[in-house]
Amino acid sequence: MGCGVSKSNRFQKRDNKAIKAAVLIQHWYRQYVARMEMKRRYTWHIFQSLEYSGEQAQIKLYNFLGYLMDNFTPSSNERNLISHFFRENEVCRDSEWERFFCYKNIKVPEIYSGPRLTFPLTVEQGSSLVDAFRNKRQLHSRFVLQLLLETWRLLRRFPNISRISTCQSKEITICGDLHGQLEDLLLIFYKNGMPSMERPYVFNGDFVDRGEDSIEILLILFSFLLLYPNDVHLNRGNHEDHIVNLRYGFTKEVLTKYKMHGKRILKLLQKIFSWLPLATVIDQKVLVLHGGISDTTDLSVLARVDRHKYVSALRPPKKRLPSTASMSVDLEEDAWRSGRRRSSSSSLPKPLTRGSFQSSSLPDFSDRVQLPVEEQLEAQQRLLALHSSAGGATPATSPSQDSQEGGDDTQEEWKQILDLLWSDPMTQDGCVPNEVRGGGCYWGPDVTEDFLSRHHMLLIIRSHECKQEGYEFCHNRKVLTLFSASNYYDVGSNRGAYVKLGPDLVPYVIQYQASSMTRELTFRQRVGQTEHSALRLLKKQLFSHKSDLICAFQDLDKENTGLVSLKDWAMAVERVMHLGLPWRMLRFQLVSCRNRDGSVDYLQWFTELAIQEPNMDHIEKSLLEMLYRHRSTLETIFRIVDTDNSGVINMEDFRQTWKLLSIYLKMEFTEEAISDLAVAIDSNQDGSIDIQEFMEAFRLTDKKSRLERGRSMFMGTAPDLTRLHPGDPDLTRLHPGDPDLTRLDPGDPDLTRLDPGDPDLTRLHPGDPDLTRLETGDPNLTRLHPGDPDLTRLHPGDPDLTRLDPGDPDLTRLETGDPDLTRLETGDPDLTRLETGDPDLTRLDPGDPDV
Amino acid sequence: MADDLERAEIIVTEVHKKINDAFEVFDHDLNKTVDVREIGAIVRSLGCFPTEAELLDIIDERPPNVLLLKVEEPSGFICFERFLPTMSKILMEHKFRPIPEDMLLTAFEVLDRQKKGHLEPDELTDYMRQGNEPFTHLEMEEMLSSAVDPDSNLIYYKDFVNTMVLDGER
Repeated sequence: MGCGVSKSNRFQKRDNKAIKAAVLIQHWYRQYVARMEMKRRYTWHIFQSLEYSGEQAQIKLYNFLGYLMDNFTPSSNERNLISHFFRENEVCRDSEWERFFCYKNIKVPEIYSGPRLTFPLTVEQGSSLVDAFRNKRQLHSRFVLQLLLETWRLLRRFPNISRISTCQSKEITICGDLHGQLEDLLLIFYKNGMPSMERPYVFNGDFVDRGEDSIEILLILFSFLLLYPNDVHLNRGNHEDHIVNLRYGFTKEVLTKYKMHGKRILKLLQKIFSWLPLATVIDQKVLVLHGGISDTTDLSVLARVDRHKYVSALRPPKKRLPSTASMSVDLEEDAWRSGRRRSSSSSLPKPLTRGSFQSSSLPDFSDRVQLPVEEQLEAQQRLLALHSSAGGATPATSPSQDSQEGGDDTQEEWKQILDLLWSDPMTQDGCVPNEVRGGGCYWGPDVTEDFLSRHHMLLIIRSHECKQEGYEFCHNRKVLTLFSASNYYDVGSNRGAYVKLGPDLVPYVIQYQASSMTRELTFRQRVGQTEHSALRLLKKQLFSHKSDLICAFQDLDKENTGLVSLKDWAMAVERVMHLGLPWRMLRFQLVSCRNRDGSVDYLQWFTELAIQEPNMDHIEKSLLEMLYRHRSTLETIFRIVDTDNSGVINMEDFRQTWKLLSIYLKMEFTEEAISDLAVAIDSNQDGSIDIQEFMEAFRLTDKKSRLERGRSMFMGTAPDLTRLHPGDPDLTRLHPGDPDLTRLDPGDPDLTRLDPGDPDLTRLHPGDPDLTRLETGDPNLTRLHPGDPDLTRLHPGDPDLTRLDPGDPDLTRLETGDPDLTRLETGDPDLTRLETGDPDLTRLDPGDPDV
Repeated sequence: MADDLERAEIIVTEVHKKINDAFEVFDHDLNKTVDVREIGAIVRSLGCFPTEAELLDIIDERPPNVLLLKVEEPSGFICFERFLPTMSKILMEHKFRPIPEDMLLTAFEVLDRQKKGHLEPDELTDYMRQGNEPFTHLEMEEMLSSAVDPDSNLIYYKDFVNTMVLDGER
């Protein structure tokens, strides 16, 4: 007896010890998770800062070129080089356009096995296009042009703002940025169904750039637009702009995929982009637009603008009235100049410069651009003449004032469009220029409130910003950001999301992640991996600022010790980089060898960054560094100079490009240095430079890409990957919910918050709407009956399909070679889809019609 | 004396900087506020090991009207000015000191009664559901996803402790 008591005591004691140990582990683990979260956050910061600083550079360059156009004599070399670029507003008869884009003379070769389109398009052709793109086929340029021409004709009939309504049976699906990531679009179609009369869609801009399949995405969206003009709605995004496309890859993509007719395709797309509607309003209560609003956004103004005048939204259109053309240009310039004077002489805070974002983000170039003396004189004379004529008119309404107002109107319109495409929300009240992106504005909750009440609306759905979860509510849930390109920065960096909106106008968000890679990784691995690629990017950026950084360090290192304190290191780095990153936080990741007192040997540090420079010994160091740093800018200028979009520029243009760049960057390049560059690339000495080749030759790489090797090893050894269906939805979201939820009844609204896979869902009945949220492979689906609509969401190869009867419509979605087809009986209509040589055909009897 | 004062000042500035750095990472709008739900991550990433209850105390240490700077969603925001003194005090007084790594390993060894060198997922789950602040479903799943060896479906805790220590280091 006594023995028993002591035994139980001992157990008690042991249990206490175990619980103490458990608590310690809990403690430790939570601390560990916090540190990982910290990493995840700053990784995000790095990606985003680098992305936005690129956007800024793009807009700066464009403003610079615009400035050149406005200030150089028409005949100057520099101007000739870029003037074609601004000749976009040409008034051209539509019939002339149609002739220019005529596709009829393009022959489609017999051997072409891709999809063939006829117009009006049929539903079958639409889905065959999707299938072809899924299988990495390409659409023939003849059909591309034809499809684009049809799209252009259709788009011109649409108003600036599409007004649509929900209805009980048709929920509207809204998608955010796709950025050329076809995998995401296919996944959305797979999960949600293709667009149709019953399944309307709004695609909220940024279809192109960055991803590899931008043109495919456009062609799919346009073909569905042609098929269902009342049920598919496209809003323009800031990347539907040919100038933005020069930097972010779409131009390059089209020229690579369509070598012969790429140029015409791009030209036609320029037109199409300018005709894309600007916004969509659902049930008069929900506004869907790409970027956002500002304190001046007014839908009635937006509804009236000639949207096609804004071929690029980065620059206000010039007036084209022939009689006043020259005058209005001068005036505009004058207004702009005085605007600049105001903003530079005034010490008032930033918001004043709002409204002329050109001037606010444009540093003063006048010291770099030396106007020829005669031209300055001429300009002054023109101004004088103008003023004297104004003085001669009646003083009350001088003509100059009139046209000034006219200019303001255009300016005002342009600003509305710019804000719509480029703005981001912020948490503070107010409205300030978006200095980070260089375009549009930041608007606060008060602006949202005011806008919604002015327009009698409830909600703004916008895209434009990548969010880790694919969506994010802000401004008291009155603004929803929606981003549909998953793994945007890197594999595992973010989810994508789309929204379904029914008559109750309560947005229902569906998240996904396209890459099947991500599910194999634990949270920890994912964070580690994205962190590494973010740091790699950042290290390259740092390396490309080497000489500026060394200057900054030396400034702080008064005694020339070669060392700086960590504090000084962080300060100097931010002073040079302007990325607004938490440098002190990042120091452990960026600086590994430190002295005991915490100081950094800065020269040593650059070796430590482990960046491999291309082997270009004979080329000036400063020139090389400039090349690394302004890589995208340089490529953009090349693409502009490459007037005929051939991908190749001649030596003279090459030199001119550098001249432009040297003005832009305030740097001197000697003729000799530039010749060296040219020679280094033009190995066959034919006097022309391949842009692509040139850019590739001057790329920074990692010295040791251990991580990359590790990653590909990982991809190679994961045996499960081969068995996965492409586009299989990511199941990483499958977290069981809180134990308290077990007390809820089916139908309880709280259940909608459960993730698929939650054990609580087992209590749902077949037909329960919550089941629609389940993903393929969910055990709960086994409880469904054949014919249940939820089964339409199953993948081919899904074990649940084995329960379907031959003849079940769901089987039509199976792909050739699918094991489930072996269950079909001879004569089954589904077999007609099989291709010759399919093993399933061996089961058929000779004489079977399918044979 | 003056020297001591100077040194103390340097320490305080260093501590403030450290806090500022951590805070900034979570300050999305660069307006010196963070979501209340992020405070845990900030405090812990500064090397502290508070319990969940202690964390709540830290958050509640502010007068409630200041705490809820702006009520958006069911949460609130905490501004840097209020967070700094509380957090500085914690760091200066060395509250919630880190638990040494060897203790972490010892703790796992205590749970591994038969000294097999590994734990079963169910075993670990049982233990983690103990104590005053048991793991939530989410935490448990997350922990298992990185702790369980996929081949054997076991937790080789020595390896796990190593990854936890290594990943957080630097």
